[in-house]
Amino acid sequence: MSVSTRVLALWSPDWPVTAAALAAHVPSHRPAAVIVANRVLACSAVARSHGVRRGLRRREAQARCPELVVLDRDRDRDARAFEPVVAAIEELAPGVEIVRPGLVALAAQGPVGWFGGEQAAAEKLVDQVAARTSVECQVGVADGLFAAVLAARRGLAVAPGDTPAFLAPLGVEELDREPDVDRSELVGLLRRLGLRSLGALAALDPEDVASRFGADAVLCHRLARGLDPRPPVRRRPSEELAVEIELDPPVDRVDAAAFAARGLAERLHRTLAGHGLSCTRLGVAARTVEGEELHRIWRCAEPLTPAGTVDRVRWQLDAWLTRSARSRSRMASAQLTSAEADERASSPAEGGPGAVSRLRLVPEETVTAGALQLGLWGDVGEADERAGRALVRVQALLGPESVVTAVLVGGRDPAEQVRLVPWGDDRKLELAVPGEESGPVAPSAVGAGEAGCAGSSGGVAPAGNAGSVGGAGLARGADLAGRAASSVGGVGSVAGAPGAVAGGSAEPGSLRSAAPAGWPEDVVRRTGRVSAADVDTHANESVPSTKGRSTNRRRRVPTPRRSTGRTAVREPPPSWPGRLPAPSPATVPPQPLPAELVDVTGSPVRLTAPDLLSAPPHQVMVDGGRPRAVQGWAGPWPLHQRWWAPGGAEGSRLQVAMDDGVALLLLARSGRWWVTGIYD
Amino acid sequence: MGEAAVTGVAAGADPASRLELARGLLRRMEDRSAAVRPVATPEADGRVLPVAEPLARLLPAGGLRRGSAVALPAVPGATSLLLALLAEASAGGAWVGVVGRPELGLLAAAEAGVRLERLALVPHPGTDLMAVTVALLDGMDVVAVSGADRAGVRAADRQRLAARARQRGAVLLALGPWPGADVELHCVDAQWQGLGAGAGRLRSRRVRVQLKGRGAAPGGRTAGLLLPAPGGAVAGAAGSVTTGRSGVADVGRLGEDRPAVRAAAG
Repeated sequence: MSVSTRVLALWSPDWPVTAAALAAHVPSHRPAAVIVANRVLACSAVARSHGVRRGLRRREAQARCPELVVLDRDRDRDARAFEPVVAAIEELAPGVEIVRPGLVALAAQGPVGWFGGEQAAAEKLVDQVAARTSVECQVGVADGLFAAVLAARRGLAVAPGDTPAFLAPLGVEELDREPDVDRSELVGLLRRLGLRSLGALAALDPEDVASRFGADAVLCHRLARGLDPRPPVRRRPSEELAVEIELDPPVDRVDAAAFAARGLAERLHRTLAGHGLSCTRLGVAARTVEGEELHRIWRCAEPLTPAGTVDRVRWQLDAWLTRSARSRSRMASAQLTSAEADERASSPAEGGPGAVSRLRLVPEETVTAGALQLGLWGDVGEADERAGRALVRVQALLGPESVVTAVLVGGRDPAEQVRLVPWGDDRKLELAVPGEESGPVAPSAVGAGEAGCAGSSGGVAPAGNAGSVGGAGLARGADLAGRAASSVGGVGSVAGAPGAVAGGSAEPGSLRSAAPAGWPEDVVRRTGRVSAADVDTHANESVPSTKGRSTNRRRRVPTPRRSTGRTAVREPPPSWPGRLPAPSPATVPPQPLPAELVDVTGSPVRLTAPDLLSAPPHQVMVDGGRPRAVQGWAGPWPLHQRWWAPGGAEGSRLQVAMDDGVALLLLARSGRWWVTGIYD
Repeated sequence: MGEAAVTGVAAGADPASRLELARGLLRRMEDRSAAVRPVATPEADGRVLPVAEPLARLLPAGGLRRGSAVALPAVPGATSLLLALLAEASAGGAWVGVVGRPELGLLAAAEAGVRLERLALVPHPGTDLMAVTVALLDGMDVVAVSGADRAGVRAADRQRLAARARQRGAVLLALGPWPGADVELHCVDAQWQGLGAGAGRLRSRRVRVQLKGRGAAPGGRTAGLLLPAPGGAVAGAAGSVTTGRSGVADVGRLGEDRPAVRAAAG
């Protein structure tokens, strides 16, 4: 039997709460708890003093402590926040194993020998962590990891050889303290058998335990006897991959800097290749003679090649040096080509101040060299590469965020259906509700909920108000409202709810996949599906429709979406009932422009109800401009969405065509009209 | 030799065969000159970027000629026209850059047929508009510049940009005034359809697009279009392409059929 090594465990209590409170800037005197699935996962000491306990329901916890700050769990954030703690410990004692965020173990031998005693080592480590990261922690020393962790919870140093005696009086629940392993069943069984303490479990014969309880119990039995299954796994500190070069004399010419960068980039790639890594985020840092620190991070969708690294460093330096040159010499004319930029940067008039004295390349994010596999098809062609280089060059001039591509996401307004992604970032976004960062509600479920609201209000409104504005033609909104109403079922079926199946729908075994009737026409076209409404018609006629057009005119209960192996389309986009149908405005102001609507008498047009204008609009003035005559209008269509969020996007939309061939999408919100789209 | 052959045949043959002969000679001459002198532009084969069919009938080269500069003065319909011009080329794999247009409706772009993954935007170039445009002309197939007058682009700068576009075989589309452009496209008589007094919704817009510049008749050419047609793309209207002030070219039946189909689809 091997003798267990001495292990020093360092435990920070309630780490999930500590990390979450750090991230959310919750002051430490406020009670806080991390709640997962409506149960308290961890709570701070203040909250505990108010009676909050682990496993409590959220409502009960809040009843006991009304000012409780409820935080979300995020394992990545926990791990990230723990990294400085580990770094602080590593400064004193190498060979740290992170058992989980909040708990580290290290071989006690080194620090105890160095600091002259377990007590001294523990004090030193606690002080170090508190000083560096202002995180409280406790230290325990014992034989073996399991006992050390238990000792750390109690802040004890168990003398060598005393570990079984230390463990014996503890309850068997201690086996179930690790959040990753669920041993509640075993612990419950042991308790029912009368084995209430670890000592009682340890007194059993190993063979009996193995034959009665199974493999996990054997492990627990070993733990209870104070035998450690394994020594701590030493963490290897991350390799220093950054490369640096001192430029003496300082470089103020782009070509000279690029020459230096070439050697540096090659060194970087040699280092990376030596570790089997490649770089996907590169930090370029430079220090000027004046002591100014310049730093910029480049993201790359695919690993950087040495040539790519040189290019980026060169462009970056070009931008920095050119900018400093320009700010000094106040050159009014714009820079044209890189050759000209070189000339300008190398003109003898400017001397030291903008010159770069030190250059440093830091691989901020690396991947295993073999991990990135290029696609079988769709490799980067020559034209794509050229375009990519041009865009990267613009990024060097203006910053990485300045070049964007657009991704279409869900939404109802033209502006919120577009998400801009900086060039080089991943274009695959998760389809989230815009503006809704938190909240466990699935987007599709939200859509369905809103659909009910939007559909019902839109459908009822025209009938109720048909006579109220004399002759203004209030059969309006039928199209949009119909869309919204008919697509309620569509969303439901996308969300997987067992929607009602239309009686005469397509034959069950049919391979033809039907799109829910609520899908807009363009979506249906894009996904190559036949509209459910058409499927109904043609199924009754028993004529297979080869190519269906979505009309969306009838309100039918759509068939639930069948998954077929035939169509290779991606998961269809949610339909977002209530969104405006095509065509969309060609100009979408980044900020809504204020507008004024007036009627024939010159008095402003207001909303008397969410779907009712006070008078037909006659003229419109955008942003204080000249009045333009209204030629046609439709709406207002009430928009109900995100009523649960503060500043929710409710309002009424109105389309107005003017006599000069421009139409406007107006939104009535907070008592006035805003232009949210210009059909230019 | 070619001349002799033409005159030799010209004596007896009918005009059709003479024309055929002349065409064959011309083709041979073109082939030979192409073989002797390699074309400098990177994409010698795709000299013209395709545009949607109703616009192709209007444009002199049947598309956006690489190396040319096209101006779209800021009149109602210019943005839609820009998107319509970009759509076909983008769908065919061309890269498009748009400089200085933060308010571009990207949903409308997608509806018009522009591939958003090949559409790069530089919304706020600031004072670096020239440098950004030059950098994009190096790599993109089409670069649309907006707000050039605001950024203080002078005539010399415009010439330099046009030269760069010519050299790189890119198309420069200018939103706003751009003196010296090869082609200028102008929307007139824009009229939205589908909207009543409190009823309906915007469906399509009828416009007449006027073309002026090189390769067009002195009086310009005009085409009636649906811009956008129902669904967001561009379609020919029931109108026709007019050359000069009087002559009516035959755009004909296709143009008349399309809107009917579109209307049924929408």
